[in-house]
Amino acid sequence: MIINGTEIEETFAEAFGMAATRIIITAVNSRWARIAGETMTGFATSVIGCGVEAGIESEIPSDESPDGRPGVSVLLFGMSGKALAKHLENRVGQCVLTCPTTALFSGISGEKQIPLGKNLRFFGDGYQIAKQIAGSRYWRVPVMDGEFLCEETTAQVPAVGGGNFLVLAETQLQALTACEKAIEAMLHLPNVIMPFPGGIVRSGSKVGSKYKALMASTNEAYCPTLRGLVKSKLDPTIASVMEIVINGIDENDVRLATRAGIQAACKLGAPAGIRRISAGNYGGKLGQFKFHLREVMA
Amino acid sequence: MSALKLRLRQSIHQRIDMSPFTPQRLADMRLTEIARLPLWQGNQKVACGDLFVLSGDDPQDIVIQSDSDRLDEIGSGMTDGSIHVEGCAGAYLGYTMRGGSLFVTGDVGIAAGCNMSAGTLTIAGSAGDLLGGAITGERQGMRGGKIIVKGNAGDRAGDQMRRGTILIGGNAGDYCASRMIAGTLVVRGEAGAKTGLAMRRGTLLLSREPASLPASFNDNGKHNLNFLTLFTRSLQNQPGFSDLWKRGSRVQRWLGDLGYDGKGEILVWCE
Repeated sequence: MIINGTEIEETFAEAFGMAATRIIITAVNSRWARIAGETMTGFATSVIGCGVEAGIESEIPSDESPDGRPGVSVLLFGMSGKALAKHLENRVGQCVLTCPTTALFSGISGEKQIPLGKNLRFFGDGYQIAKQIAGSRYWRVPVMDGEFLCEETTAQVPAVGGGNFLVLAETQLQALTACEKAIEAMLHLPNVIMPFPGGIVRSGSKVGSKYKALMASTNEAYCPTLRGLVKSKLDPTIASVMEIVINGIDENDVRLATRAGIQAACKLGAPAGIRRISAGNYGGKLGQFKFHLREVMA
Repeated sequence: MSALKLRLRQSIHQRIDMSPFTPQRLADMRLTEIARLPLWQGNQKVACGDLFVLSGDDPQDIVIQSDSDRLDEIGSGMTDGSIHVEGCAGAYLGYTMRGGSLFVTGDVGIAAGCNMSAGTLTIAGSAGDLLGGAITGERQGMRGGKIIVKGNAGDRAGDQMRRGTILIGGNAGDYCASRMIAGTLVVRGEAGAKTGLAMRRGTLLLSREPASLPASFNDNGKHNLNFLTLFTRSLQNQPGFSDLWKRGSRVQRWLGDLGYDGKGEILVWCE
C-alpha cells in the first residue's frame, strides 16, 4: 500500500489492555485549567518510569463543564487499577489541589470507582464538607484561595494503551514535521491521548536490555546511526524515525486516531521525504490488540 | 391496569393510620382483599372498604382522594411506586419513606418526611412543623431523598436532618434547620426567628437574611462557593426552583452554631 508515495508497511502495532480514567479540571479561566492539566500530566509519558501515562484530551468550554467554568479533560492510563488509583491521587493532590481556583470532577462513568477526592479531603483537617448533589458526592475542602471542590470518586474503565506508528523519513526535520502534522490531526479526536512530549517519541524502545536493570532499551533496528552494525530495518534513504504512541478508551478510538495520524503524515508524503510508515510490535506475542496498518488505512 | 384509587366516603372525626397503603404492602393483593384490610381509626379497627370507595387495580400507583387532614402516615415506609394524594394529608406523611414518589396537591400536617431516607416527597401546598425532622426519641431526622414544598413550612423544618435535600418555595417558620446534622435546606421565602439554632453541620440556603440568628453564629463574610453552581444546576428541572442558578454562587455566609461544633453554614445570596 502506497499513499502519496509513502509506503504503508505490511505490519501491525501491538497494544495492551490498560486501566483508564477521565477527570475534568475546571478553573476561573481556561489558562489556569490548562496549567493544572499540564502540571498533573507532566512526567507521565510511559508507565515504565512514570507510573501512569496521561495527557490532556480536550479543552472544555464553560457551558459544557460541571460548574460552568472553563476546563480541561484529562485521561490517565495505568497498567492496573491499583496503579492508576495510586498515581491519580498523587497527581491530583500535588498538582490540582495546589493550583489556584481549580475544581475537580469525574469525567467518566463505570462500575469500578477509584478515589478522587475521597482521601484528598483529609487535607481539610476536619473542616471539609461533604455535599451530595444529583447522586454524586463532592468534597468542599477549605484552602487559602477559597474552597477546593472535588468529586469523591471517578470511574476506572478498561482501555487500550500502546497503539503506535512509526514515521520513517529522509531527514530528522522531515520526520518531525510529519509527526507534528499527525499530532495536529489527532488532537481533535475524543477518547485518545498521545502521552509523549508533544505527542512524539524519538526513542522508541524494545523490551529488555543487555543490562539486567533495564526493562527496555533502544530499538536498534530503527536507529539510523546503527545501520550497518546491527540488523537494521532502515534502508539507506532513511535518516530519521519518530514514533507516535496512542492510548485510547477502546480499540476503535485507537484505530481512528492511528488512521487520522497516518493520513496527515502521508499528506506530506514522499515529496516531503516521508518514505515509509511502520509500527512497533513484539511479534504478536505480548499485546492483546493488533492494529494492522493496511487494514486501518483501507 | 389503572391506578388504585381510594376515595374517602365521608368526613371523619378520628385520625386514620394509612401506613398499610404503600405499593409494596399492597402488591399482589386483590381489590376485595384490600377492602378487608383493617385500619386503625382512633382506637378501633375498621375495614378499609367501610372508610374508602376503592377502584382500580395497580397498587404501584395509588391515588388517595381526600380533603381530610386526618389521614396520617400516608406512604409511611414506602420503598417504591407512587402515591398521589388529591387533597390534604395528615401527620407523618412519608414517615421513614425509603423510595418511590409521594405527591400531595394540598396541605399536609406535622412531621412530613420525618426520618425518610430516600425517594421524593412533593407537597404542592404547605407543610406543618418538623418537616423532614425527627420524631421524639429519634436522634436523626431526614437521612436522604428529597422533599419539595411549594408553599410554606412550619417551625423546625429540617430538625436534626442528617442528609438529603429540602426545598421550600415559600417561607419557613422559626428554628428552621435547628439541630441540623448535615444535608441541604433551601428557603426561597423568609426564614423565621432563631434560624439554625444548635446546627452542627449542613447548609441552609436562603434568599434573604432570616428574621433572627442565634448569637452563636459568626459572620464569615462574602464568598463565591463553587458547589452552589452544581447544586442550583441540579435543580434546573425542578419546577419552582429551576431559576435558582441565575442567582450565581456569591453568598453571604454565617457559620455556627458555635455552641455545637460550628460547622453549619447559613448562606444568603448576595444581591
